[in-house]
Order: sequence, then structure tokens, then C-alpha cells
Amino acid sequence: MAEQRFRVYVCVRVGACVCMCLGLCVWVMCGCGRAHPKDDFQEELVIRPLQSGDVYASFQFRTLWETDFMKGNKVSHYRLFPKSLGQVISKFSVRELHISFTQGYWRTMQWGQPFMPSPPVTDHRFLRYATLPREIVCTENLTPWKKLLPCGSKAGLAVLMKSEKLFHSSFHSQAVHIRPVCQDSECTTTSWELRQTLNVVFDLHTSGQGKREWSLFKMFSRTLTEACPLASSSKIYIDITDNPQGEQFELTPATHLLSQAVVLGDRRTFSVYDLTEANTFGSMRSLNLLIRWKSSEGDMLRPLLHAERYVAGYGLQTGEIHTLMYNYHPFRSFPILLLDSVPWYLRLYIHTLTVTSKGKDNKPSYIHYQPSKDRVRPHLLEMLVQLPPNSVTEVTVQFERALLKWTEYTPDPNHGFYVGSSVISALVPSMVAMDTNNTKERPLFSSFFPCKEESSYFVRIYTEPLLVNLPTPDFSMPYNVICLTCTVVAVGYGSLYNLLTRSFQIEEPNPRLAKRIANVIRRLRGVPPLA
Amino acid sequence: MGLLSDPNRRRALINLLTRLNAPICAVCYIAGVAWFMGLAFEPFTLRTYMSENAMGSTMVEERFPAGERALATGREFAAHKKRAGGMPVDWLVKTMQSRGLEVFTQKFSRTLPFPDENKERYMVKGTNVYGILRAPRAPRTEALVLTAPCSPGDDNNQAVGLLLGLAQYFRNQIYWAKDIIFLVNEHDLIGMQAWLEGYHHTNTTGIDWSPLQGRGGSIQAALSLELSSDIITSLDLVLEGLNGQLPNLDLANLFYAFCQKIGVTCTIQGKPCCPDHDADGNEASQRPTMGGPRAFFTCHHCWQVRTNDFSFINQILKLNNLLERLHQSYFFYLMPSLSHFVSIGYYMPAFGLLAVILLLRALDLWVQLATPPVRTEDGIADLEQSSPEVLSVLTPLVISHLTGAALYFFPIQFQATAVEHFPVSESEAVVLTAIAIYTAGLALPHNTHRLLSGEGVEQDWRVLKLIAVLYMAVLLGCTALINFSLGFILALTLVPMAAFITPHRPKVLSAFIMVILSPACTLLFLVFFFQDLQEIPVSFEDGWMLFLSVISQGILDHSLYGSLVYPLIALMVYPCWLLFWNILFWK
Repeated sequence: MAEQRFRVYVCVRVGACVCMCLGLCVWVMCGCGRAHPKDDFQEELVIRPLQSGDVYASFQFRTLWETDFMKGNKVSHYRLFPKSLGQVISKFSVRELHISFTQGYWRTMQWGQPFMPSPPVTDHRFLRYATLPREIVCTENLTPWKKLLPCGSKAGLAVLMKSEKLFHSSFHSQAVHIRPVCQDSECTTTSWELRQTLNVVFDLHTSGQGKREWSLFKMFSRTLTEACPLASSSKIYIDITDNPQGEQFELTPATHLLSQAVVLGDRRTFSVYDLTEANTFGSMRSLNLLIRWKSSEGDMLRPLLHAERYVAGYGLQTGEIHTLMYNYHPFRSFPILLLDSVPWYLRLYIHTLTVTSKGKDNKPSYIHYQPSKDRVRPHLLEMLVQLPPNSVTEVTVQFERALLKWTEYTPDPNHGFYVGSSVISALVPSMVAMDTNNTKERPLFSSFFPCKEESSYFVRIYTEPLLVNLPTPDFSMPYNVICLTCTVVAVGYGSLYNLLTRSFQIEEPNPRLAKRIANVIRRLRGVPPLA
Repeated sequence: MGLLSDPNRRRALINLLTRLNAPICAVCYIAGVAWFMGLAFEPFTLRTYMSENAMGSTMVEERFPAGERALATGREFAAHKKRAGGMPVDWLVKTMQSRGLEVFTQKFSRTLPFPDENKERYMVKGTNVYGILRAPRAPRTEALVLTAPCSPGDDNNQAVGLLLGLAQYFRNQIYWAKDIIFLVNEHDLIGMQAWLEGYHHTNTTGIDWSPLQGRGGSIQAALSLELSSDIITSLDLVLEGLNGQLPNLDLANLFYAFCQKIGVTCTIQGKPCCPDHDADGNEASQRPTMGGPRAFFTCHHCWQVRTNDFSFINQILKLNNLLERLHQSYFFYLMPSLSHFVSIGYYMPAFGLLAVILLLRALDLWVQLATPPVRTEDGIADLEQSSPEVLSVLTPLVISHLTGAALYFFPIQFQATAVEHFPVSESEAVVLTAIAIYTAGLALPHNTHRLLSGEGVEQDWRVLKLIAVLYMAVLLGCTALINFSLGFILALTLVPMAAFITPHRPKVLSAFIMVILSPACTLLFLVFFFQDLQEIPVSFEDGWMLFLSVISQGILDHSLYGSLVYPLIALMVYPCWLLFWNILFWK
């Protein structure tokens, strides 16, 4: 094992040398380049024990590279930044890219707000926004994602990512975010930031066997022995905000390193474990964090903004989409932007759009509606709505289900058709500002105006996707239809044709047999026949 | 087609049909009844088979390890129910929460149009408790529903215990692809209706319900548990739906496949599955039979069966595997036994043979009307004659429908007045008013045409009968398509009456037969017949009381759940029958 690690080191050293050389070459050849572009890799894991007994683990890996893919620069040497992504960025001049693969639905009411929101079961991109609600995320998405990391899954935090454990969870979301960030305060040059995030929620009952006790080994079936050697920082944060004196849960091994940060408008305290320091691993040379609950009492702070969506009505003709948005702030209202993209085969009756809160009509200050075009583009509905304090705002719109052409049905059409989640973006007043509890000890000068930190923060939340049944024909029907139409045409057309082409003649009534014989005899006798 | 475009052969055919009309009708009737009886004969029916591939063979665990614990939970539930004197809402909420479900409650209230004496309720108030097991890594788009009604008395406690036991067991499994909703509903059907209406945010029956806080996407299938004893000796499958709607046959097939696998005696609607299992069927005396939430789900486009079932994890697992809604198998079928079914293609001919009688009679009447006895060659005289004809046909139509409307509206409208003037309770008042209007309808309308046209013409009753016969054919045809059993029973009694009633039959005897064959009397006979089939014969007096309660239940079912039988009988079938009554007394 040690030997293997050593070899990795060597490889990296060689890589670095080559990089230097190349940098020199460029400098020599152009005479205008700078020293080799600096890159930096950081990794961290945040664990938040949730009140329900579940545990939320969020990995973040950040690679920062001071280089510029734009302006025709041909970047051919890669160190920490994955080449496969760099090539895509330079080839298509991508400004920003966000892709997330999510399986499951973030249960805001139980788990609070996630660090990185993501739509349920989707793959989405900004600028060109798209979702694929029917895709399933599985191991084959995780493996290439892990390969983008400089250490792969060989060392550092990434060794924890065993797919059988990560997919044995209530929620799984992995994402790649690429964006340019400023290098300095003037923002004269930008560097590229690649953030890879992985969020998992482990369930108390299915993964934890009902015991309120979690450890790294129980969650990931691995313990940590080292940081990624390429990482400039490698840390584990445990959210202990609800547990300042250790009355909720017990954390072993203990650490004195604390860190405070304002996350989503709420000041949180974290215990920090620095993996780059050897004493973190203790005498056992491995770190297995253990969280053991002492009580199951206490309640979690509800998130201030919560949304849900469902389809009302039954049958296959009409229906109504209800979007409920909850503002739990006791005294402040705030505006939200609701973005809804509904496929064309649900024909929205936009005149039935209503927005009500507290039983009264709530007029949106801005509505943008782009009607759908059949088979070309979906409906796009954007609204700016003010949510009154402590209220539920309900947006309803009726729709009619269209009948598709029979080739347009997806496989398994009776499963229904997905409508992607609506996106709610809001500037939510900070929890710190909401804190009216004066019992907490704090300096007097800081408590006169309650707003100390930023007074509001940005939140984007996603509602559930919808599964809507469309009228679906019985697909053996074409055969029946062919049989039926053929019969009708044959019978109807046949008889009509018969009538049209037949020549009608007045038929002489057939003389009786006796009369006929008599006439034959009469003819022989030369007498005129009987009439 | 040559047959119809050739006037001679057409005439020959028509002559044949009119001449042999009565015998053909009789043959058709006998053939229809025989066909229907034949459906019970096994070689004539199809064996059930599973159409949905997703529910086929799957690797599932069939042991439910927590049976004892479920029984204990059931007993605990019973104790709390007794203490609370109704549904122990707080206890249920706490228990479900401790099992790791998201728990919500829904309050509902409903005032019945008149007091229900069978179940002793008038102002119904209740609470539904439901817990949602969220499927891991699924985006809340689909749901399965498991329900157990919280019945008054000692009934069904074990079902709730089993439900909670299953919830605990299921919570620890990882493989769920759909959310599972565990619902304990109060006031059986009313609670179920309130919950479903709340879930779909519709209000079709005027129940007051509080909106639901948690949902799980579109409901794919539902199972309802009823269980009142600790030891299970047999399982019973009850396929029921409002207005004759049935769950997809695959749901029943699933139950049958499961029964075969575990080798427990299985029955359908209380009848043993196969003749050779008779002996086993009889020992199943603990099998609970009682009213519970029937398949309301069918009208909300989700399919449900009710099972009195012990370890049907298997079924839930297979439903969990469903990729699509249940649609592969039949929706229109009859089940003579668990292993056999009759599809719509096989049972409709039985009804078709009965309906043909009406069409033949209509043809006969049409021919009679088209070839009037040679009286005048003058077209103008005919035209003059036709205007009173329209009136004399229209009047009985309007009057009989008005009577029908009165039968539909008055019993509930005037219950207060009736209670004031007569010493009866509200529900008796409603039923007796209905019967009174029904009987009064017999006396009312049948001589009106004489006031208008002076003298009834021979032609007029034929026109009226033609209309009445066609009306009945359409009416019964539509009913049989939607609800075959109802349509067929009505056809059995109404068709012979409709075919042979003319003003020239002996009045008293015909009137007697007509009354015997009228919808109300059919219902009365069915009450006795049903009791006989259940092997609990009743005396005439008890039967009459049952008949009264059946009427009041019918009216209640209509206003509570939107059952269509009462309005169908009152607004359509009864007026149609009155038309024939009118023809009988035509002068």
C-alpha cells in the first residue's frame, strides 16, 4: 500500500516537472506568457446530524485554475483540472456550466435547507435550462464523476465514496459546477473554478438500523487515513450548532478546532478536523468519526421558505396544477420568483391562473408568460409574487390534457408524463435577523440592531416534479380500426356501388308452369299465346 | 346488401320477422338466460392469467417476521380506541411517527341528508390519520395506498395492527420505488371519500374536509385491509366499485397467484374459489364480513381491491415493481371463481340476446305503422291526423318523467313536512314518501291523452310503444355497458314485460304481472334472493324492513358518494316503465 502511494507521488512529481518545462517552452516561444498557471485543489466534507436521526453528508471538491480558456488560448497541459472538461470548455467557449444528477427529493421540512439545492431527478443546465425528469442516476454516473478528481478515489475524502453505500440512501445528488471567478478584488483576471459536489442523506431506519448512532464507517464502510496529497486543504466539518454543550449528541474523537460561518442566513458552528495534520488521525492512524445521540428531543428550525406542488383532479381530461409556497417568517414578507416550464401537451388555461394568499387575491407584480407551441416549445410562466408573512400562497392554473399522435408516446405511456419541477428563487430574510431570543449571551453593542450579518440571503428551491397521465390509446387499436374501417367501407361502399351501377328493369311476372305449357302447345298449333 | 336493396327479398325478410316475431323473441329470451347461466360453467370461461409483466415472477421475501408484534399493536390500538371512544388520533400519530413515517391528519365533517338508521349517524365528524413512507431516492411522483378502516366496536383492530406492523417492516427496507401511504380512516366510506377528495383536491359530494398537508404523487393502486380475528384461516377477495366500476383484473390475478403460492384457502366475495374446496371454505368461519371502504379508488382512476389478508407483502412488492399504471388486463369482467373470469366479449351476448327482443318488437311496430290499413289515399288527411298524434305521445312521456323527477326530488325535500304530519322518523319518512310517489305514479297519468285528442287512436299507442321500446333498449344497453349486473337484472324483468304489453291484453292479469316485474318489486325479490344466497333466509317482515333500508341506503349512497343507481331508477327506468303502464291502460 505504502509503495503504491509512493508511486503516485512520483507520478505527480514527474507531471509537475513536465508542466514546468512546458511553461518554459511557451515562455520561450511566445515571449509574452506568464509563469505556469497556478492551480489549487481543496476538498471538504460537511456532516450535519439531522434532528430526525438522519445524517446529511456533503462533499465539495474545488479545483481553481488561473488560466483562460477563452480568447483563442490553446490550453494543452492539464495538471489538476480534468482535461475532459477543459477541452469541452475551450471548444464550445462555455461561459458557465452546471450539471446535477439527483435521485430523490430533498425533504425541506425534515432536513432543512440543503447547502446546494438541486432539482429532483434531473440534469439541468443554466443559460440553457433543461431537465430530464425520467433519468435514473446510478453507479455509472458516479464513476466518471470520481475520475474528474485529481486523486480519483484513491486518496483523500474520495475514498469514502463507495457506490453501494452512497446509493443506499434517501437522497443522492452529484453535481459539477464550472464558472469563472475573479482572482483579485479588481477582477482584472479570472480563473476557472470547478466545483464537484456530492450530497447524500443517510436514512436512520434503512441505513442506520434504527439506531441513532453514526460513524464514518457505518455511513461509508471506510475510515479516513490521509488527505489527498494534492489538496491544499482537506477538512471535515461537523455541524454542532444545535449541540453547543454536547447535550444532543456526542462526538468522538473530540476536537477543539471550531469554525463559524453564516450558511443560508443562519450562523452555524462547526467542529473542524484537518486531515492534513497527522495528529487528526491519532494513534490508530485512521479517523472514524462517531456521532452518538443522547436524546431525540428538540426540534429543528424550520426553513423559512418551503414549496410543494401537486396535480388536482382526476380523470384524463382536465386538471389543475397547485403550487403551494409557505413563508414561515413570523413578520416579514419577501418576494419570490416562480419559474414554471410546463410541456405543451398540458394545455394551460392561463385565464384560470389564480394567486391567493390568506384567502385573498395576491396580485403578482410581474408576470411573463410565453405560450407553448405544439411540438416546438413548452409553456414558460414566470411570476414575481410577494409572500406575506406566516402564510401559504397558492398558485393554481387549470390545464387540459392533449391527445398526442400515436408515435409521440414514450415507451410505457401508461406510466404518465413528467412535468419538471418549478423553480422558486427568493431573497429570504436572514435567520439571524429573525432571532429575537435575547437570552443568548452576546455583547450589548451588537444586539441593539438585530441585523448584524447580511439581512437576506439567496435561496433557490425546487418543487416536486409531477407525473401526469395523458389519455393513452390502446395500442392494439390500429389493428381494430383497420378491421372496422375496412368492413364499413366494404359494406357501405359495396351496396352503394351496387345501387348505382345496377340497371333497373320492370320484370315481367313469370307465367305459371301450366300456362307456359299451354302456350307451347298453342304456338305449335299456330294460335296466339295466352297473355 | 343485396338483400336490402332488393324489395322482394326485403319484403320476404320483413314478413318472416313480423310473422315469427313472438317465437323469435321467446327463443332469444331463453337463449339469453341460458347463455348467462352458461357463464358459470367452467369450460366456457377463461382461466385468469397475469398480463402485466412487471408483476410476474419476482424475487420477494414472503415471510413477515413481525406478525406477533402486529397482533400486539392491534390489541394496543383496541385499548386506546376504547379509551378514546372513537379513533385514537393522538396515539396513531405518535405510533406512526415512531415508525418513521411522515404523519398527517385530515378532519372532515358531513351532514347526511337524513339520519342513517343502519349505522346510526347523522352529523358525521371524523379524522383520518395517514402516514407516508417516502421511497428513498424517488421524487414523490407515485404512491401506493394501504388502508384499514377504523370501525366502531371491536371490528378490524387487527387490521390496524397489521397496517402499523407492515409500516414498521416496510420502513426498514430500501427497495421502495413508490411512496406508500398508510391510511387509517374513520367512518369507513365517508372518511375514505373525504380523504380521496382531499388528495385530489376536488369536491364532488359536498363533504367538508380540511386540506391535506402531505401528498405522495399520483396513486397507482390501493389495497384495503379488513381483519377481525387473530388467526387467519382463509382470505377473501372483494371486488367492488361504485357504479359497477371494477379494479383492473391484474390486481385480482395477483391475489390469486399469491393464494396459490401460499396454499391458504382463498375465496371471492365470500364464495369458495373452486368447487372441490368447498369443505375448506366452510371451516373459514372466522372470515370477517362487514362493510368497509369499497373501491372508491376506481372513480378516482386508481385501482383498488379489498383483501382480508395476512401477509400480502408480496402484493405490495409486486405493485412496487409496476412501471405503469395497471392497464394491461381487463376492466370489464365477471368472476365466477377466483381462477376463472368472463370477459366483456363473452358476457355481452347474453345481454345482447335480450336487447334484440326489444329491437325486434320495435321493427314489428314500425312495419305495422308503415303499412296502415288501407283507409284513405289522401296524404293531406294523414298530415292532419299526425298533429294530435304528437301531442298524445308527448303527454305521457312528459308526465311519466315528471313523476320520475318527483320521485327523485320529493323524498328528501319534503322529509320535514312528512315528519310533522305523520308519526315517523326522518329516514322512514324519506323511504315511505318514495314508495308513496312510486305507487301514486301508477294511478296518475294513464288517461291524459283522451283529454287532448278526445279519442285515443289505435295508431297512437303503437307510436308510443315504439318510442318506449326503443327508449328502453337504449337505456338498458347503456346501463349494461357500464354496470353489467344491473343492466342484465333490469333487462331480465323489463324486457318480457315491454315486449308483450298492449292495450288488448286482459287488464287485471297484465297489470298484476307488470307490477310484479316493476323495478321496485325486482328489488324486493333481490333482497330475498340475496339473503337466500347468503344462507340466511329471512321472514317476509324482516325482508320488508331490509327492503326499506336498502331504499334508504340507495338514496344515501347517491347523495354521499354519487352512486348512480337511485337517479337512474327514478329518472329513467321508472318513467320508462310508466310508459308501458300507460299503454296497458290505453283506451
